[in-house]
Amino acid sequence: MADTAQMRPAAPGLLGPVVLHVVIIAGAIAMFFPFLWTIVTSLTPGAGLSVTPALVPENPSLEAYWRLFAERPFGRIILNSLGLAIATTLAQLLTSATAAYAFSRLPFRGRGVVFAIYLATMMIPLQVLIVPLFVELKTLGLINTYLGALLPTFASAFGIFLLRQAVNQVPRELDEAATLDGAGHFRIFWQVILPNIRPALATLTVFAFMGSWNSFLWPLVVLRAPELQTLPVALAGLQGQYTTEWDIVMAGSVVSVLPMLALYVFAQKYVVQGVANSGLK
Amino acid sequence: MSVGTLGAGLTTPPAPARTERRPRRSRIRYTLTVLAFLLPSAIPLTAFVLAPMVSAAWVSLTKWNLLAPPVFVGLDNYAKLLSDPKTGAIFLHTLYYIVGYLPLVYFGGLALALALNTRLKGRSILRGVYFLPVVTSWIVVALVWRWLLNPSTGVVNTALSWVGIDGPGWWADPAWAMPSIIIASAWKDLGFVMVILLAGLQAIDPELLDAARVDGAGWWRRLFSVVLPLLSPSTFFVVVISLINGFQVFDQVYAMTGGGPGGSTQVVVQQIYDLTFRYGAAGEASALSWLLFAVVLGVTVVQIVGQKRWVTYG
Repeated sequence: MADTAQMRPAAPGLLGPVVLHVVIIAGAIAMFFPFLWTIVTSLTPGAGLSVTPALVPENPSLEAYWRLFAERPFGRIILNSLGLAIATTLAQLLTSATAAYAFSRLPFRGRGVVFAIYLATMMIPLQVLIVPLFVELKTLGLINTYLGALLPTFASAFGIFLLRQAVNQVPRELDEAATLDGAGHFRIFWQVILPNIRPALATLTVFAFMGSWNSFLWPLVVLRAPELQTLPVALAGLQGQYTTEWDIVMAGSVVSVLPMLALYVFAQKYVVQGVANSGLK
Repeated sequence: MSVGTLGAGLTTPPAPARTERRPRRSRIRYTLTVLAFLLPSAIPLTAFVLAPMVSAAWVSLTKWNLLAPPVFVGLDNYAKLLSDPKTGAIFLHTLYYIVGYLPLVYFGGLALALALNTRLKGRSILRGVYFLPVVTSWIVVALVWRWLLNPSTGVVNTALSWVGIDGPGWWADPAWAMPSIIIASAWKDLGFVMVILLAGLQAIDPELLDAARVDGAGWWRRLFSVVLPLLSPSTFFVVVISLINGFQVFDQVYAMTGGGPGGSTQVVVQQIYDLTFRYGAAGEASALSWLLFAVVLGVTVVQIVGQKRWVTYG
């Protein structure tokens, strides 16, 4: 990543960078501390029953993880979350990319109005829609189904806007060259546009997966059956049920963070770049 | 993503219109192509966002417990909400959250973005650490913070007791419950604000900063006269998104306090949830939803109109 527009520290010489490093690293430790504590607690059997657990557990053990999966359907719960997150991500990549192509490359009458309506849906809080959505899906017989959890997030105005900005930045000369070679819109979309907006696609992948993986309110409402629960809902439930069994709660938390962490590390370099290219300056 | 560039998005000149006459068959084919690209998103957005929106308006005019058929009551739900002092209280709680959260997360994120945009060793690892809470589920964050802030056994109060301070009751104390939620929220969202502002910083032309430096402008002067004005679109975006999200604050409240203790953290969406799923008052909940939507839309429109005064699009 190019270092444009650097704001160098105020103090000249060595002192500035040293102070800056100390502050930033101390901040990072403070940021990471709750995670460290989460991990330590998950390894401390019976944690939280008496007092605050030590930073270095006396008898570290993976018992909490074992109990998490043995005593509760946590394997199933993780699969529920994983399946929904993957389906949501694929759906949003498809619906966002195609819509972005239409809004960038296919002029039609009323396109501006349609795009404005799309953008306006970003401003409608999900909570406003909860009751009517619940009723609608009940009518469709989709309560307690994965499809019912998936459909409301099938398309995302955020994703469409993000990808439209990216498609707009692909030079039109590339389309024209492909057209001269006899390519139609579908081939241009697939062979010219998609390969050229990879950073934006990666950014959307992270945001879509994250949105689904961490979403709480809608899965809580639509997936009422215990065996259909997703991770955040199950974790919230653990707390009520086993207030004192912090080792198990924290083991569940660690398990829920790992996939997101892996995805973020994988896509990190694209995320800042994707946001930078979205037209936000 | 960007409400900040919303105005810009709408006024982007359309690609040259295809006004040349084309044979009928090719026109039909073109229409079908447009539909093929548009329908995958248009159908779900219409069915699961716009349609529920319209039916929420209808439900808000009825008395309905989700079981028996709804009974039309006109504007009764709105009248009831507007005359109920509790409505004012839940909006005030929500405002309290926003007023505490926004400055914390913005200035924290700005400082971080400025620091991590320098030639710092291990920069990408540090960015990753600061971004970690962003990708973590609210439920996990809430659990961890509830536990860190436990009044008797929590890490924070234990640490405070070492230096002789008797820590507050945090989420168990009506006076400290909202600050607890605000701290956890700012901690979680700091990395998101940082990424947005970093992207903005990287788009600033370094020559402008060099020119300011040559003119003898010091660090603070460059920050206030060059960086912040050029960063204003990103700042605008952060403010708009934070306000939209702030009015919709729910997950952390639900998981940390459930609106308590003593209703001290009962925010608007928590109330919508309770009305619907605990008290079976779907009509009232829908009316409250529309009230919230009106407020969010109003605040957002005011910001978009007002942005001309302080946002500079480079």
